Amino acid sequence: MDGGGGSRENVMAGGAYTEEPHVLAVDDSLVDRKLVERLLKNSSCKVTTAENGLRALEYLGLGDEKRTSLEDNVSKVNLIITDYCMPGMTGYELLKKIKESSMLKEIPVVIMSSENIPTRINKCLEEGAQMFMLKPLKQSDVVKLRCNLMNCRS
Amino acid sequence: MEVVQMQRAWVEYTKSLFREFSYSFFGWMKGFLDAQFQQLQLLQDESNPDFVAEVVSLFFEDSERLLSDLTFALEQQSIDFKKVDAHVHQLKGSSSSIGAQRVKNDCIAFRSFCEEQNIEGCQRCLQQVKQDYCLVKSKLEALIRLEQQIVAAGGSIPVEELSF
Repeated sequence: MDGGGGSRENVMAGGAYTEEPHVLAVDDSLVDRKLVERLLKNSSCKVTTAENGLRALEYLGLGDEKRTSLEDNVSKVNLIITDYCMPGMTGYELLKKIKESSMLKEIPVVIMSSENIPTRINKCLEEGAQMFMLKPLKQSDVVKLRCNLMNCRS
Repeated sequence: MEVVQMQRAWVEYTKSLFREFSYSFFGWMKGFLDAQFQQLQLLQDESNPDFVAEVVSLFFEDSERLLSDLTFALEQQSIDFKKVDAHVHQLKGSSSSIGAQRVKNDCIAFRSFCEEQNIEGCQRCLQQVKQDYCLVKSKLEALIRLEQQIVAAGGSIPVEELSF
């Protein structure tokens, strides 16, 4: 899992981004991780990828392996984008864990899936997902995503 | 060969991969690639000149592993259809992400047979998927070689000419 530095200047109280937003992208597929990373970088985002929910939670400071400064990690990440279908912890389960955490619940979470199933979409939105996106992702999807995020912040 | 000729060859070859039709076990099959492949090309630029080659190579790695796992799973005395379906789902995902349309469609058919727990159907799907994978692999390799030649000769990939 590769890291990307972030700083507290990223998000000011209810304000717009001053620097590149830092996105944590979670997907068990190598191909999809590479694709989402490029799409996000093309939209001026800093990207960290994780191959499953557990690694993602560890990075965010919720795993067994606690980091020295939990606050550092939280302010690092401005958005989490995760695949729905993953072995072990699904994207939905990851979403739940994030929303149940007082430390992380404010971070917007976007769910991606290759399957367009209305009950699945509703379930995720009801659990607090910011957006639900259909795979395969295209550049226009990421542009929409950024607009959506900017609007809800400013 | 001149850059312009290579660029023209690239456009023609890529277009042919989008529109080629052939007949198989499932009937008339669509082109090897779809619009998602064009999306990949659009993500490649001077700062990421090898993006397409890199993603495609990850796809090959992934697919070969999955096809080998599928072969193994279908050889078992008692077939675990859930496992087979999980592998096919992954292959469907990655092929869809790079625009390998025919492989993706084969996977869709494959999943129906898994659901029905139809062993013979699954075996035939596996053969079809392997065949289409081999074909798309050799075509993508040829395409990427041509791209590398164009870039080496100082040209750029004329992605704009693919619009359809």
